[in-house]
Parts: sequence; C-alpha cells; structure tokens
Amino acid sequence: MPTESRPVPTPAKRDASLVPPRKAASAAKEEILTGSGAILRSLEKLGVKDVFGLPGGAIMPFYDELMSSTTIRHILVRHEQGAGHAAEGYASSTGRIGVAIATSGPGATNLVTAIADAHMDSVPLLAITGQVFSTSMGTDAFQEVDIVGIAMPITKHSFLVTRPEDVPATIAAAYLIATTGRPGPVLVDVTKDAQQNSAPFIWPPKVDLPGYRPVTKAHGKQVQAAARLIAEAKRPVFYVGGGVVRAKASEELFALAEKTGVPVVTTLMARGAFPDSHRQHLGMPGMHGTVPAVLALQEADVLVALGARFDDRVTGKPSEFAPDATVVHVDVDPAEISKIRIADVPIVGDAKEVIADLTDAYAEVVKKTKPDISAWWARLGELKTRFPLGYDEPEDGLLSPQYVIERIGAITGPEAIYAAGVGQHQMWAAQYIKYERPNAWLNSGGAGTMGYGVPAAMGAKVANPDRTVWAIDGDGCFQMTNQELATCTINNIPIKVAIINNSSLGMVRQWQTLFYNGRHSFTDLNTGHDTVMVPDFVKLAEAYGALGIRVTTKDEVDAAIKLANETNDRPVVIDFIVSADAMVWPMVPQGVGNSSVQYAREKAPEWEED
Amino acid sequence: MTHVLSMLVEDKPGLLTRVAGLFARRGFNIESLAVGKSEIAGLSRITVVVDVEQGPLEQVTKQLNKLINVIKIVELDPTQTVEREHLLIKVKVDNTTRSQILEATNLFRARIVDVSTDALVIEVTGDTAKTQALLRVLEPYGIKEIAQSGLLAMGRGSKSITERVYKN
Repeated sequence: MPTESRPVPTPAKRDASLVPPRKAASAAKEEILTGSGAILRSLEKLGVKDVFGLPGGAIMPFYDELMSSTTIRHILVRHEQGAGHAAEGYASSTGRIGVAIATSGPGATNLVTAIADAHMDSVPLLAITGQVFSTSMGTDAFQEVDIVGIAMPITKHSFLVTRPEDVPATIAAAYLIATTGRPGPVLVDVTKDAQQNSAPFIWPPKVDLPGYRPVTKAHGKQVQAAARLIAEAKRPVFYVGGGVVRAKASEELFALAEKTGVPVVTTLMARGAFPDSHRQHLGMPGMHGTVPAVLALQEADVLVALGARFDDRVTGKPSEFAPDATVVHVDVDPAEISKIRIADVPIVGDAKEVIADLTDAYAEVVKKTKPDISAWWARLGELKTRFPLGYDEPEDGLLSPQYVIERIGAITGPEAIYAAGVGQHQMWAAQYIKYERPNAWLNSGGAGTMGYGVPAAMGAKVANPDRTVWAIDGDGCFQMTNQELATCTINNIPIKVAIINNSSLGMVRQWQTLFYNGRHSFTDLNTGHDTVMVPDFVKLAEAYGALGIRVTTKDEVDAAIKLANETNDRPVVIDFIVSADAMVWPMVPQGVGNSSVQYAREKAPEWEED
Repeated sequence: MTHVLSMLVEDKPGLLTRVAGLFARRGFNIESLAVGKSEIAGLSRITVVVDVEQGPLEQVTKQLNKLINVIKIVELDPTQTVEREHLLIKVKVDNTTRSQILEATNLFRARIVDVSTDALVIEVTGDTAKTQALLRVLEPYGIKEIAQSGLLAMGRGSKSITERVYKN
C-alpha cells in the first residue's frame, strides 16, 4: 500500500469557507473597475481599516485610488521595513491581518525582512507590491526585481497578478491563506498594467484553493490519549507557545490549567497567553528562562506542547531536552509535529478547539482516576523559592536596565502593549514586565529582527488607539528604524519609546564577555555613559517632534515613565542611560543541555541526584 | 534509501521553483524529476526520486504539503508500483562492433532510432535496473551521449491518486 503523508484528522472544509457563497441576484450589475480600484475595493470588502506603505512608480495607480478611500486609513511610513513591522505590530496586537504596501524593486526588497519576520512568528501579514509592466518583466527594467521569487521561502504563499480580472480572487485568497490555519505572510505582486487595466469587479469572488485545507478539529482518540497521559502523569507541564496567542485560546488554556492544576510555562512568543500572576505559572522557559520553568521541562514526565515548536532557544541541545518526558504535541501545522522532538501523541488541530476538547476529555478521565502531582509541586515550589527572577545592581553604579524595565511594566500595567526590539532589553522585557493578557507582548521571536520595536509599537498603537503602547528598545535597535518617529508625530500616533541605552550591542557584548574572553569586538555604539553620545537621542527625539527625556539615575525613573504615560499629544522617547555590564540571567549557554542552566554567572542551581 | 514521491500539483507559475526550493533548503538531492500533465486539466503530476532517510523525508513531505499549490503527495511502495524511465543513448560503432551492439539492443528490447557510420542512437524504456544494465553492456563500446527522462511511476491496481483526493 502506498503510504499517505497527509495527517489523518478530520478533513477540513474545502477551500474558501470564509468567503460566503455568491448571491445569484447580485450578479445583475457588474461594476467595471481598474485593477487598482479592485485591490482597494477588495481590501474594503475584507474589512481592512488601516494599511501602512510608501508609494513609488510601479504602485502609483493603486495609490491614486487609495487617496479617495473613505474607509481605509493609509499611514505613510518613512521606510518600507517600517510598514512591514507596523503591519506586524497591528496584526500581533489584534489578531487581525496587517497590510503593508510598497512599490517594485527596492520598495519590495525593503519589505523582505518584515516578511521573513512574520513568517517565523506566524503573523497574518498581507504584503502588496507593485511590479513593472508585465510586458517589461524579465528585461531588467527600472526597479524590477523578482519579489515573488525572493519571497517564496519566507511567505506562506505568494501571488503574481498580471490581469485586472484576477485581482479580487487573488486578494481574497491571500487574505484567507494569511489568516487561517497557521497564520503567515502572503505577498501579492501586481504588475502596473494589471493595476491600470479594467475588468468587471465581482464580489465575493470564487476562491479556488484545492491544495489548502488547514485542519482545525483534532482527532478525538488522540485527545483522549493526551487527557489520560495528563491524568496519570506525576510531573506534567504545559509548554505553551505563540500558537495559543494566535489561536486566541487563552481562555481555553486558563480553563485547562485550572481544571488540571498542571504547571504552565510560556515561551517568548507566548508571554501573556497565561497570566503571570497565576500560581501555576513558572515563567518563561529557554535560554533566558526562569530556573523553575527550565527545570520543570527538564524533569517532566509528560510534556504537553500547545502551539509551540521546540525552538532551539527553548530546547537547548535537543537530545538532552526533557529526557524523561512523554510528549503530547498540539499544533495546527502538521509539519511542526515531530520536526525536532518525536511526539508520542501528535495532535493536529487549532489550539482553541483542541484545548477545549482536552479539558472535556480530562474531566471524563478524572472521574475514574485521581491525579496526584503534589510531590511535583513541592519540588517546583522549592525551585521557585530558591531561584526567583532577580538581578544585582550594576557594580559601576549606573542605572540597572532591569529596574527600568520593571518600573515601566509596574507603572503602566497589564492593559498596555509592550513591543521590544531584539537583544538584552528584549529578554529583560520578557522577564520583568508582568503580562496578564495575550497580544500585550510583541516581539521578534523567531527571526530576531533588530529594529522591530518602534514600527511594531506604531502599528499596535494604530490598531489600539486607547491603549498605552511602549516600545522597549535598545540603542542599537532604535538606530535601525527610528525614522518612523516622524510617521508617529505626523500621524498623531503617540507611542512611548524607552531606549535601554547601554551604549552597545548588548547581547553580543554579553556573549563576548562570556564566550570570547571579554574581547568586545565592534559592539561599542558610543551612545551612552562616558562616550561622545552620537546620536544624542534626546535631540533626535526633539528633531522628530517627540518629547525627549534623559534619565541617568534611579530616582528619575518613575517620574519620567509617568510623564511619558501622561503625554499623548506626541510620541515620547526616554533615553535611559544604563550600565553596559548588566547581563541577562539565568542563561543556558548555547549547544548544551538545559540542565546546565546558570542562575547567574558561574552559578548553576543544584538539582536532585538521579 | 531512495523514495519515490508522486505529487499532484496545480499547474501554476513558479510551482517547480517552490518544490525544488524546499528540497534544496533541506539539503536534499533530487535524483530524478519528471513533470507533466495529469488526467485533470490544470493539474500536473510530479514524480520525484530522493535519496534520504525516513525521518527527514517525512519532514520534507509535510513541508511540501504546506505549499498551497500542492494537492496531494503519495510515497509509492516500490513493490506495488510500476516504474519506467526513458533513455536515449548515443554509442560509438564501427564495422566490428555494430552487430554486437545490435544484438545487445535486441536482447534488451531497446530500439535503434538513428544510424550513422560511426554511431547509433538507442532508445530504451524500462525500470532503472534494466536501463542501467543496458548502459553497462554498451559502456565498453564508448558512450558519446545520454539523455534520460525522470522516473515515471504509478501504483498498480485500479485505484488512482486523484480518486482518493476528490472522493470526499
């Protein structure tokens, strides 16, 4: 018998389930639109309210239409990468699709980093790019680049549109693909002639995607097997990943956790998926995870991965990860299951549905068995007491970056949105801000894109005008995308930016300190304490029309944060001059097993002898 | 271990790039590739032969399944599959070797499709074992050129892959 590779669970509804069937009566009068008009109308029909972009030659016909839209707000960015990350921040803070628009050639390639980022972190992103005339394609025309080809490995799918009549169906298909199953970026590249020429606009279009059938409802038997494993486990852990946030499954997770009493860890992508204040929450696992979270995974006998993908930053050396655990792996993407770690109970399905089913199944199972994990909790309680998150004040007397970030979280509270760049400040923001709700924490987890913070915060603020939005940024990251402060000021998007200014590429510097004999090769940025301070971030902020504040001592911290939170007529940038020597702890050095977690430098926790 | 995958795909621009790109990303060498129309308009069939272990194969198959334009992938069981490939072989001849080569050609049920004074073009169809055997026989005479199709494969019996896709 030939073996079939597609996993078994319930075949999902065929093709365009989201697009309602076409009404026979409405076909009477078909409007003729240009391809550009059709892009705009399609976006409007799909309920898109905000888009981010920057025009150029090959996308001008669309921009001409966009100008007259009454329902779509376009935000003109200063760099296309900013449009991409803004769309990501918009999407990650709401669960709705984010839309970024760019012209052909360099406009499109400037989107590439953001598209790759969205691909790694499963962000529903629609990238629309202009392309040169179809008759010029392949001739090395001005601003011609094969963006569909470039984007192939970093998109969920990509389309080239060369005829106006194909626009509605393509935009609808792109929307469907980006937002269903495992979300991700979709690129639609539209040639200039397709934008200019006209065709009847038919909505809803027929979306024909015979090869796209995301599974949502999981196999009942597998769910029951998982429930039995959890009930019989002595040392179970829920390993919660970003999929729970994307699936909007936090409530279901809360119910499951409460019902089972099982400890929960939330990965970098899942911070906020489960409240930090909950007694069962052990914190973040992984390279910079809490000791209880890291060791809970290591010592678990049943590991239930929910929308998590066993990333190397979580597992450390995979062969030494959770050596005693039987693994239940729930993921909407069958390709994630058994990719890194063989799953004993694979469950393909949407986290929201599967977790709800799992809770029901567990309730049935415990009618017969009595789970007892009190010894496990005793062990974890001891770890929590002995190894709480914490930091030492820097020896050089400068401001502690952890303290600054902790205060921002404490003063601003869990209803705000926090976007981070990438590096030390990102880890501290993940550790020291307390997240109580999903979609409050935005960061570049998989791709590790420096410069994500400011534009992502901007996108999040556009989507959530009533929430306070902080970008926790580094002095390195900030210099990659701070041009979007102009966008924020001009368009009245009052974000707050905290620059955790340690005058260096801090995470690289930390690795140099630890693993390269303290040789700080090209990580000094000269922005902070005892340097020429180029650029002067306060002056830069002022030049962009933002409120600039400099903070150098501990007693200035709270007042500056409060002033920032109260200032809503313009963006705020606080330049926190912090110690360059602060390091992110705990840490599992790269390439070793997670049992080698170090609580602080040269300080490994003691664990029970096996 | 070689595996034969039969893929039903939408005939869309860039499809082959997407498929080949996935193999390349995982560092898999495609041993053979055959692409052509299927029995359904707008759908093509790709037959791929890869040399890879079972674990990585499963991963690449799952990744291929994620491609929007890929409708179905089936790994064919060699014991239940008809396999054929097609070769054109240009071999050197002279008056002393011509008859021996003709004899070998007949033994393999291959055909001579072009004749010149110092060369013959031989056409052969068969499974890989047969075509390789013929090549070994011809090699001593001097092979000037080979053009080879990718392997074609189809499950034995009455069932078709397409039926299984569209029955539900």
